[in-house]
Amino acid sequence: MSTKSILPELVRRFEAEILNDWMREQRAAITLRADLLTDAELARQSAEFFAAFQAGLQGQDLGEITGPAWGTARDLLKEIARLRSRQGFSLSETATFVFSLKQPLFALCQRELEREAVLLVGELWTISVIIDKLGLFTAESALAAREEIIGRQQAELLELSTPVVKLWDKVLALPLIGTLDSNRTQVVMESLLQAIVDTGSSVAIIDITGVPTVDTLVAQHLMKTVSAARLMGADCIISGIRPAIAQSMVHLGVSFTEIVTKATLADALRHAFARTGVSVSRQAAG
Amino acid sequence: MILTREVAELKRPEDVVRVRQVARALALQAGFGLVDQTKIVTAVSELGRNALIHGGGGTATLEVIEEGIRRGLRIVFRDEGPGIADVERALQDGYTTSGGLGIGLGGARRLMNEFEISSSPGKGTTVTIARWK
Ligand SMILES: Nc1ncnc2c1ncn2[C@@H]1O[C@H](COP(=O)(O)OP(=O)(O)OP(=O)(O)O)[C@@H](O)[C@H]1O
Ligand SMILES: [Mg+2]
Repeated sequence: MSTKSILPELVRRFEAEILNDWMREQRAAITLRADLLTDAELARQSAEFFAAFQAGLQGQDLGEITGPAWGTARDLLKEIARLRSRQGFSLSETATFVFSLKQPLFALCQRELEREAVLLVGELWTISVIIDKLGLFTAESALAAREEIIGRQQAELLELSTPVVKLWDKVLALPLIGTLDSNRTQVVMESLLQAIVDTGSSVAIIDITGVPTVDTLVAQHLMKTVSAARLMGADCIISGIRPAIAQSMVHLGVSFTEIVTKATLADALRHAFARTGVSVSRQAAG
Repeated sequence: MILTREVAELKRPEDVVRVRQVARALALQAGFGLVDQTKIVTAVSELGRNALIHGGGGTATLEVIEEGIRRGLRIVFRDEGPGIADVERALQDGYTTSGGLGIGLGGARRLMNEFEISSSPGKGTTVTIARWK
Protein backbone atom coordinates (compact mmCIF):
# COMPACT_ATOMS: atom_id res chain seq x y z
CA MET A 1 0.00 0.00 0.00
CA SER A 2 1.45 3.34 -1.02
CA THR A 3 -0.26 5.64 1.46
CA LYS A 4 0.29 4.93 5.09
CA SER A 5 -2.79 3.60 6.85
CA ILE A 6 -4.43 5.96 9.30
CA LEU A 7 -6.19 3.04 10.91
CA PRO A 8 -3.95 2.91 14.01
CA GLU A 9 -4.55 6.60 14.56
CA LEU A 10 -8.32 6.31 14.09
CA VAL A 11 -8.59 3.35 16.42
CA ARG A 12 -6.65 5.15 19.12
CA ARG A 13 -8.77 8.28 18.84
CA PHE A 14 -12.09 6.41 19.03
CA GLU A 15 -10.92 3.61 21.27
CA ALA A 16 -13.74 3.78 23.80
CA GLU A 17 -16.41 4.07 21.17
CA ILE A 18 -15.16 1.05 19.17
CA LEU A 19 -14.85 -1.11 22.24
CA ASN A 20 -18.35 -0.15 23.23
CA ASP A 21 -19.83 -0.88 19.81
CA TRP A 22 -17.95 -4.14 19.57
CA MET A 23 -19.31 -5.32 22.91
CA ARG A 24 -22.77 -4.44 21.69
CA GLU A 25 -22.21 -6.43 18.48
CA GLN A 26 -21.10 -9.42 20.47
CA ARG A 27 -24.01 -9.30 22.85
CA ALA A 28 -26.42 -9.00 19.93
CA ALA A 29 -24.86 -11.86 18.00
CA ILE A 30 -27.12 -14.84 18.21
CA THR A 31 -24.03 -16.91 18.60
CA LEU A 32 -23.09 -15.43 21.94
CA ARG A 33 -23.77 -18.11 24.47
CA ALA A 34 -24.94 -16.13 27.47
CA ASP A 35 -25.45 -19.46 29.19
CA LEU A 36 -21.75 -20.22 28.92
CA LEU A 37 -20.10 -16.85 29.34
CA THR A 38 -20.79 -14.08 31.86
CA ASP A 39 -20.94 -10.49 30.74
CA ALA A 40 -18.06 -9.56 33.04
CA GLU A 41 -15.90 -12.27 31.50
CA LEU A 42 -16.81 -11.12 28.01
CA ALA A 43 -15.94 -7.52 28.92
CA ARG A 44 -12.59 -8.59 30.32
CA GLN A 45 -11.69 -10.70 27.28
CA SER A 46 -12.79 -7.94 24.91
CA ALA A 47 -10.85 -5.20 26.65
CA GLU A 48 -7.72 -7.31 26.84
CA PHE A 49 -7.90 -8.30 23.21
CA PHE A 50 -8.68 -4.79 22.07
CA ALA A 51 -5.51 -3.52 23.73
CA ALA A 52 -3.52 -6.25 22.01
CA PHE A 53 -5.25 -5.41 18.74
CA GLN A 54 -4.04 -1.82 19.03
CA ALA A 55 -0.54 -3.02 19.77
CA GLY A 56 -0.74 -5.13 16.62
CA LEU A 57 -1.66 -2.09 14.57
CA GLN A 58 1.63 -0.47 15.61
CA GLY A 59 3.57 -3.09 13.63
CA GLN A 60 5.39 -2.53 10.35
CA ASP A 61 3.13 -4.49 8.06
CA LEU A 62 -0.46 -4.19 9.20
CA GLY A 63 -1.85 -7.25 7.47
CA GLU A 64 0.96 -9.53 8.63
CA ILE A 65 -0.58 -11.05 11.74
CA THR A 66 2.19 -13.60 12.09
CA GLY A 67 4.67 -10.83 12.92
CA PRO A 68 5.96 -9.90 16.38
CA ALA A 69 3.60 -6.92 16.82
CA TRP A 70 0.64 -9.30 16.85
CA GLY A 71 2.24 -11.72 19.32
CA THR A 72 0.11 -10.74 22.31
CA ALA A 73 -3.06 -10.73 20.22
CA ARG A 74 -2.31 -14.22 18.94
CA ASP A 75 -1.63 -15.52 22.44
CA LEU A 76 -4.89 -14.07 23.70
CA LEU A 77 -6.88 -15.51 20.83
CA LYS A 78 -5.34 -18.92 21.43
CA GLU A 79 -6.24 -18.72 25.09
CA ILE A 80 -9.80 -17.59 24.36
CA ALA A 81 -10.20 -20.29 21.71
CA ARG A 82 -9.00 -22.89 24.19
CA LEU A 83 -11.34 -21.67 26.92
CA ARG A 84 -14.34 -21.53 24.65
CA SER A 85 -13.67 -24.93 23.13
CA ARG A 86 -13.57 -26.40 26.60
CA GLN A 87 -16.82 -24.64 27.44
CA GLY A 88 -18.52 -26.16 24.42
CA PHE A 89 -18.69 -23.21 22.01
CA SER A 90 -18.86 -24.17 18.34
CA LEU A 91 -16.08 -23.02 15.99
CA SER A 92 -18.18 -20.24 14.48
CA GLU A 93 -19.33 -19.10 17.89
CA THR A 94 -15.71 -18.82 18.93
CA ALA A 95 -14.59 -17.05 15.76
CA THR A 96 -17.44 -14.54 16.04
CA PHE A 97 -15.48 -12.96 18.87
CA VAL A 98 -13.07 -11.55 16.28
CA PHE A 99 -15.33 -11.25 13.26
CA SER A 100 -17.80 -9.05 15.15
CA LEU A 101 -15.10 -6.39 15.47
CA LYS A 102 -15.27 -5.77 11.75
CA GLN A 103 -18.61 -3.95 11.78
CA PRO A 104 -17.69 -1.24 14.31
CA LEU A 105 -14.41 -0.57 12.49
CA PHE A 106 -16.15 -0.36 9.14
CA ALA A 107 -18.78 2.02 10.51
CA LEU A 108 -16.11 4.23 12.04
CA CYS A 109 -14.08 4.48 8.83
CA GLN A 110 -17.15 5.18 6.77
CA ARG A 111 -18.06 8.01 9.06
CA GLU A 112 -14.59 9.51 9.45
CA LEU A 113 -13.49 9.12 5.85
CA GLU A 114 -16.78 10.07 4.28
CA ARG A 115 -15.17 12.50 1.86
CA GLU A 116 -12.12 10.45 0.96
CA ALA A 117 -13.32 7.55 -1.10
CA VAL A 118 -9.92 6.28 -2.17
CA LEU A 119 -8.54 6.35 1.34
CA LEU A 120 -11.73 4.75 2.63
CA VAL A 121 -11.52 1.80 0.25
CA GLY A 122 -7.91 1.21 1.26
CA GLU A 123 -8.73 1.24 4.96
CA LEU A 124 -11.76 -1.02 4.59
CA TRP A 125 -9.53 -3.45 2.71
CA THR A 126 -6.90 -3.35 5.43
CA ILE A 127 -9.51 -3.96 8.14
CA SER A 128 -10.95 -6.85 6.19
CA VAL A 129 -7.61 -8.50 5.73
CA ILE A 130 -6.61 -8.15 9.37
CA ILE A 131 -9.91 -9.25 10.88
CA ASP A 132 -10.29 -12.17 8.49
CA LYS A 133 -6.82 -13.42 9.26
CA LEU A 134 -7.34 -13.06 13.00
CA GLY A 135 -10.73 -14.76 12.72
CA LEU A 136 -9.28 -17.72 10.84
CA PHE A 137 -6.45 -17.91 13.32
CA THR A 138 -9.05 -18.11 16.10
CA ALA A 139 -11.00 -20.83 14.32
CA GLU A 140 -7.82 -22.82 13.75
CA SER A 141 -6.82 -22.43 17.38
CA ALA A 142 -10.26 -23.60 18.46
CA LEU A 143 -9.96 -26.61 16.20
CA ALA A 144 -6.54 -27.47 17.56
CA ALA A 145 -7.83 -27.09 21.12
CA ARG A 146 -10.71 -29.36 20.34
CA GLU A 147 -8.46 -32.01 18.85
CA GLU A 148 -6.36 -31.85 21.96
CA ILE A 149 -9.45 -32.39 24.10
CA ILE A 150 -10.53 -35.34 22.00
CA GLY A 151 -7.03 -36.79 22.10
CA ARG A 152 -7.00 -36.56 25.88
CA GLN A 153 -10.42 -38.15 26.15
CA GLN A 154 -9.29 -40.96 23.89
CA ALA A 155 -6.27 -41.55 26.06
CA GLU A 156 -8.50 -41.63 29.12
CA LEU A 157 -10.82 -44.10 27.44
CA LEU A 158 -7.87 -46.30 26.62
CA GLU A 159 -6.89 -46.37 30.24
CA LEU A 160 -10.41 -47.28 31.25
CA SER A 161 -10.99 -50.06 28.82
CA THR A 162 -8.32 -52.60 29.54
CA PRO A 163 -9.89 -55.63 27.99
CA VAL A 164 -7.74 -58.32 29.59
CA VAL A 165 -9.92 -60.95 31.29
CA LYS A 166 -8.88 -63.74 33.57
CA LEU A 167 -10.55 -66.87 32.21
CA TRP A 168 -9.17 -69.40 34.66
CA ASP A 169 -6.42 -69.78 37.14
CA LYS A 170 -3.22 -68.89 35.21
CA VAL A 171 -5.15 -68.35 31.98
CA LEU A 172 -5.74 -64.85 30.57
CA ALA A 173 -7.61 -63.79 27.46
CA LEU A 174 -7.33 -60.62 25.44
CA PRO A 175 -10.19 -60.20 23.01
CA LEU A 176 -9.06 -57.63 20.46
CA ILE A 177 -11.73 -55.66 18.69
CA GLY A 178 -11.37 -53.08 15.95
CA THR A 179 -8.46 -51.42 14.28
CA LEU A 180 -5.11 -52.30 15.71
CA ASP A 181 -2.69 -49.80 14.25
CA SER A 182 -3.17 -46.95 16.65
CA ASN A 183 -1.88 -46.06 20.06
CA ARG A 184 -4.44 -48.51 21.25
CA THR A 185 -2.37 -51.52 20.26
CA GLN A 186 0.51 -50.37 22.38
CA VAL A 187 -1.67 -49.74 25.42
CA VAL A 188 -3.58 -52.99 25.07
CA MET A 189 -0.47 -55.08 24.61
CA GLU A 190 1.21 -53.46 27.60
CA SER A 191 -1.84 -54.12 29.71
CA LEU A 192 -1.68 -57.78 28.74
CA LEU A 193 1.96 -58.02 29.80
CA GLN A 194 1.17 -56.26 33.05
CA ALA A 195 -1.74 -58.61 33.73
CA ILE A 196 0.53 -61.61 33.12
CA VAL A 197 2.85 -60.33 35.82
CA ASP A 198 0.03 -59.42 38.21
CA THR A 199 -1.75 -62.77 37.95
CA GLY A 200 1.25 -65.02 37.44
CA SER A 201 -0.50 -66.50 34.43
CA SER A 202 1.23 -69.03 32.23
CA VAL A 203 -1.07 -68.90 29.21
CA ALA A 204 -2.48 -65.87 27.42
CA ILE A 205 -5.01 -66.17 24.63
CA ILE A 206 -5.09 -63.30 22.17
CA ASP A 207 -8.33 -63.51 20.23
CA ILE A 208 -8.42 -61.52 16.99
CA THR A 209 -11.93 -62.44 15.80
CA GLY A 210 -12.86 -58.77 16.01
CA VAL A 211 -9.88 -57.47 14.03
CA PRO A 212 -10.83 -56.62 10.44
CA THR A 213 -7.34 -56.52 8.90
CA VAL A 214 -4.09 -58.21 9.75
CA ASP A 215 -1.28 -56.47 7.91
CA THR A 216 2.45 -56.36 8.58
CA LEU A 217 2.09 -53.78 11.34
CA VAL A 218 -0.55 -55.74 13.23
CA ALA A 219 1.42 -58.96 12.73
CA GLN A 220 4.55 -57.32 14.05
CA HIS A 221 2.73 -56.00 17.12
CA LEU A 222 1.35 -59.44 17.84
CA MET A 223 4.71 -61.14 17.40
CA LYS A 224 6.45 -58.65 19.66
CA THR A 225 3.83 -59.16 22.34
CA VAL A 226 4.13 -62.93 22.11
CA SER A 227 7.92 -62.70 22.45
CA ALA A 228 7.68 -60.38 25.42
CA ALA A 229 5.09 -62.62 27.11
CA ARG A 230 7.38 -65.59 26.57
CA LEU A 231 10.19 -63.78 28.34
CA MET A 232 7.88 -63.37 31.29
CA GLY A 233 7.08 -67.04 31.36
CA ALA A 234 3.73 -67.08 29.59
CA ASP A 235 2.85 -68.79 26.33
CA CYS A 236 0.48 -67.04 23.96
CA ILE A 237 -2.15 -68.60 21.79
CA ILE A 238 -3.63 -66.58 18.94
CA SER A 239 -7.20 -67.49 18.18
CA GLY A 240 -9.92 -66.30 15.85
CA ILE A 241 -7.99 -65.93 12.59
CA ARG A 242 -10.86 -65.95 10.12
CA PRO A 243 -10.47 -67.81 6.79
CA ALA A 244 -10.35 -64.68 4.62
CA ILE A 245 -7.70 -63.17 6.88
CA ALA A 246 -5.70 -66.39 6.90
CA GLN A 247 -5.61 -66.40 3.09
CA SER A 248 -4.54 -62.77 2.93
CA MET A 249 -1.79 -63.40 5.47
CA VAL A 250 -0.44 -66.24 3.35
CA HIS A 251 -0.22 -64.03 0.26
CA LEU A 252 1.15 -61.14 2.22
CA GLY A 253 3.85 -63.44 3.52
CA VAL A 254 3.42 -63.14 7.27
CA SER A 255 3.10 -66.26 9.32
CA PHE A 256 2.93 -66.78 13.03
CA THR A 257 5.62 -69.42 13.09
CA GLU A 258 6.34 -70.85 16.51
CA ILE A 259 3.11 -69.39 17.79
CA VAL A 260 0.21 -71.68 18.61
CA THR A 261 -2.84 -70.59 16.64
CA LYS A 262 -6.36 -71.90 17.07
CA ALA A 263 -9.50 -71.34 15.04
CA THR A 264 -11.72 -70.33 17.93
CA LEU A 265 -11.46 -69.07 21.47
CA ALA A 266 -12.95 -72.38 22.67
CA ASP A 267 -10.19 -74.36 20.93
CA ALA A 268 -7.64 -72.05 22.48
CA LEU A 269 -9.12 -72.52 25.93
CA ARG A 270 -9.04 -76.30 25.52
CA HIS A 271 -5.36 -76.03 24.61
CA ALA A 272 -4.73 -73.78 27.59
CA PHE A 273 -6.39 -76.26 29.95
CA ALA A 274 -4.21 -79.05 28.63
CA ARG A 275 -1.13 -76.87 29.12
CA THR A 276 -2.01 -75.95 32.69
CA GLY A 277 -3.14 -79.43 33.65
CA VAL A 278 -6.83 -78.67 34.02
CA SER A 279 -9.20 -81.40 32.95
CA VAL A 280 -12.81 -80.71 32.17
CA SER A 281 -15.35 -83.48 32.09
CA ARG A 282 -19.06 -83.58 31.54
CA GLN A 283 -21.18 -84.94 34.41
CA ALA A 284 -23.22 -87.96 33.45
CA ALA A 285 -26.83 -86.90 33.32
CA GLY A 286 -28.61 -88.19 36.38
CA MET B 1 -14.39 -47.04 -17.98
CA ILE B 2 -14.34 -45.60 -14.49
CA LEU B 3 -17.53 -46.27 -12.55
CA THR B 4 -16.63 -44.68 -9.22
CA ARG B 5 -13.67 -42.68 -8.05
CA GLU B 6 -12.65 -41.68 -4.53
CA VAL B 7 -9.59 -39.67 -3.58
CA ALA B 8 -8.31 -39.87 -0.04
CA GLU B 9 -5.51 -38.07 1.72
CA LEU B 10 -2.81 -39.91 3.60
CA LYS B 11 -1.48 -37.51 6.18
CA ARG B 12 -2.05 -39.11 9.55
CA PRO B 13 -2.30 -42.66 10.86
CA GLU B 14 -6.11 -42.40 11.01
CA ASP B 15 -6.12 -41.77 7.26
CA VAL B 16 -4.81 -45.28 6.64
CA VAL B 17 -7.83 -46.62 8.51
CA ARG B 18 -10.13 -44.47 6.41
CA VAL B 19 -8.57 -45.49 3.11
CA ARG B 20 -9.01 -49.11 4.14
CA GLN B 21 -12.69 -48.46 4.82
CA VAL B 22 -13.15 -46.78 1.44
CA ALA B 23 -11.34 -49.68 -0.26
CA ARG B 24 -13.58 -52.18 1.50
CA ALA B 25 -16.73 -50.29 0.46
CA LEU B 26 -15.62 -50.00 -3.18
CA ALA B 27 -14.56 -53.67 -3.32
CA LEU B 28 -18.01 -54.59 -2.10
CA GLN B 29 -19.58 -52.30 -4.66
CA ALA B 30 -17.50 -53.90 -7.42
CA GLY B 31 -18.86 -57.27 -6.36
CA PHE B 32 -15.77 -58.84 -4.79
CA GLY B 33 -16.27 -61.66 -2.31
CA LEU B 34 -14.99 -61.60 1.25
CA VAL B 35 -11.62 -63.20 0.49
CA ASP B 36 -10.83 -60.77 -2.32
CA GLN B 37 -12.07 -57.82 -0.28
CA THR B 38 -9.70 -58.80 2.50
CA LYS B 39 -6.77 -59.17 0.12
CA ILE B 40 -7.45 -55.75 -1.40
CA VAL B 41 -7.85 -54.09 1.98
CA THR B 42 -4.63 -55.66 3.23
CA ALA B 43 -2.67 -54.45 0.19
CA VAL B 44 -4.20 -50.98 0.58
CA SER B 45 -3.17 -50.94 4.21
CA GLU B 46 0.44 -51.75 3.31
CA LEU B 47 0.81 -49.25 0.49
CA GLY B 48 -1.15 -46.56 2.31
CA ARG B 49 1.14 -46.86 5.29
CA ASN B 50 4.24 -46.88 3.10
CA ALA B 51 3.11 -43.63 1.45
CA LEU B 52 2.50 -42.15 4.89
CA ILE B 53 5.58 -43.39 6.75
CA HIS B 54 8.25 -43.68 4.06
CA GLY B 55 6.77 -41.15 1.61
CA GLY B 56 5.91 -38.51 4.20
CA GLY B 57 2.24 -38.51 3.23
CA GLY B 58 0.38 -38.55 -0.06
CA THR B 59 -2.90 -39.52 -1.63
CA ALA B 60 -4.75 -42.64 -2.64
CA THR B 61 -7.06 -42.65 -5.65
CA LEU B 62 -9.46 -45.57 -5.69
CA GLU B 63 -11.48 -46.48 -8.78
CA VAL B 64 -14.03 -49.11 -9.62
CA ILE B 65 -13.29 -49.85 -13.27
CA GLU B 66 -14.87 -51.79 -16.08
CA GLU B 67 -13.07 -53.13 -19.14
CA GLY B 68 -15.37 -54.99 -21.50
CA ILE B 69 -17.14 -57.46 -19.30
CA ARG B 70 -14.68 -57.51 -16.45
CA ARG B 71 -14.87 -55.34 -13.42
CA GLY B 72 -12.13 -54.45 -11.04
CA LEU B 73 -10.69 -52.08 -8.51
CA ARG B 74 -7.65 -49.94 -9.19
CA ILE B 75 -5.83 -47.91 -6.57
CA VAL B 76 -3.05 -45.42 -7.14
CA PHE B 77 -0.86 -44.28 -4.23
CA ARG B 78 1.15 -41.12 -4.78
CA ASP B 79 3.63 -39.42 -2.56
CA GLU B 80 6.33 -36.82 -3.05
CA GLY B 81 8.72 -38.28 -0.54
CA PRO B 82 12.34 -39.36 -0.90
CA GLY B 83 11.57 -42.08 -3.46
CA ILE B 84 13.15 -45.52 -3.61
CA ALA B 85 16.65 -45.81 -5.05
CA ASP B 86 16.58 -49.56 -5.64
CA VAL B 87 13.02 -50.73 -6.27
CA GLU B 88 13.98 -54.38 -6.86
CA ARG B 89 15.63 -54.48 -3.49
CA ALA B 90 12.70 -52.79 -1.75
CA LEU B 91 10.43 -55.47 -3.20
CA GLN B 92 12.46 -58.25 -1.62
CA ASP B 93 10.91 -59.78 1.48
CA GLY B 94 12.74 -58.75 4.57
CA TYR B 95 14.24 -55.56 3.21
CA THR B 96 13.32 -52.65 5.44
CA THR B 97 14.84 -49.33 6.32
CA SER B 98 12.55 -48.72 9.26
CA GLY B 99 12.58 -51.78 11.45
CA GLY B 100 9.42 -53.17 9.90
CA LEU B 101 9.06 -56.70 8.61
CA GLY B 102 10.02 -55.52 5.13
CA ILE B 103 7.19 -57.47 3.59
CA GLY B 104 4.59 -54.83 2.76
CA LEU B 105 5.65 -53.95 -0.77
CA GLY B 106 6.26 -57.50 -2.02
CA GLY B 107 3.17 -58.69 -0.14
CA ALA B 108 0.96 -56.09 -1.80
CA ARG B 109 2.22 -57.31 -5.18
CA ARG B 110 1.30 -60.91 -4.28
CA LEU B 111 -2.14 -59.88 -3.04
CA MET B 112 -3.13 -58.11 -6.26
CA ASN B 113 -3.37 -59.02 -9.98
CA GLU B 114 -1.55 -55.96 -11.20
CA PHE B 115 1.25 -54.06 -9.56
CA GLU B 116 3.28 -51.21 -10.96
CA ILE B 117 5.73 -48.99 -9.17
CA SER B 118 7.58 -45.96 -10.39
CA SER B 119 9.86 -44.07 -8.14
CA SER B 120 12.59 -41.55 -8.57
CA PRO B 121 14.89 -40.51 -5.75
CA GLY B 122 14.02 -37.05 -4.49
CA LYS B 123 10.77 -36.86 -6.42
CA GLY B 124 8.47 -39.43 -4.91
CA THR B 125 6.81 -42.74 -5.48
CA THR B 126 3.70 -43.89 -7.33
CA VAL B 127 2.34 -47.38 -6.86
CA THR B 128 -0.61 -48.61 -8.92
CA ILE B 129 -2.40 -51.83 -8.05
CA ALA B 130 -5.46 -53.51 -9.48
CA ARG B 131 -7.46 -56.60 -8.86
CA TRP B 132 -10.00 -58.05 -11.29
CA LYS B 133 -13.01 -60.11 -10.51
N1 LIG C 1 6.45 -44.80 -0.66
C1 LIG C 1 7.72 -45.02 -0.33
N2 LIG C 1 8.62 -44.01 -0.32
C2 LIG C 1 9.92 -44.23 0.02
N3 LIG C 1 10.41 -45.44 0.36
C3 LIG C 1 9.58 -46.49 0.37
C4 LIG C 1 8.18 -46.34 0.03
N4 LIG C 1 7.60 -47.56 0.13
C5 LIG C 1 8.58 -48.42 0.52
N5 LIG C 1 9.77 -47.79 0.67
C6 LIG C 1 11.04 -48.39 1.04
O1 LIG C 1 10.97 -49.78 0.78
C7 LIG C 1 11.23 -50.52 1.98
C8 LIG C 1 10.43 -51.80 1.97
O2 LIG C 1 9.04 -51.51 2.06
P1 LIG C 1 8.06 -52.58 2.70
O3 LIG C 1 6.68 -52.02 2.74
O4 LIG C 1 8.24 -53.86 1.98
O5 LIG C 1 8.65 -52.78 4.17
P2 LIG C 1 8.50 -51.83 5.45
O6 LIG C 1 7.50 -50.77 5.18
O7 LIG C 1 9.85 -51.37 5.85
O8 LIG C 1 7.94 -52.81 6.57
P3 LIG C 1 6.51 -53.52 6.57
O9 LIG C 1 6.77 -54.97 6.38
O10 LIG C 1 5.91 -53.23 7.89
O11 LIG C 1 5.71 -52.96 5.45
C9 LIG C 1 10.89 -49.58 3.10
O12 LIG C 1 11.57 -49.89 4.29
C10 LIG C 1 11.33 -48.23 2.52
O13 LIG C 1 12.72 -48.05 2.66
MG1 LIG D 1 5.60 -51.18 4.47
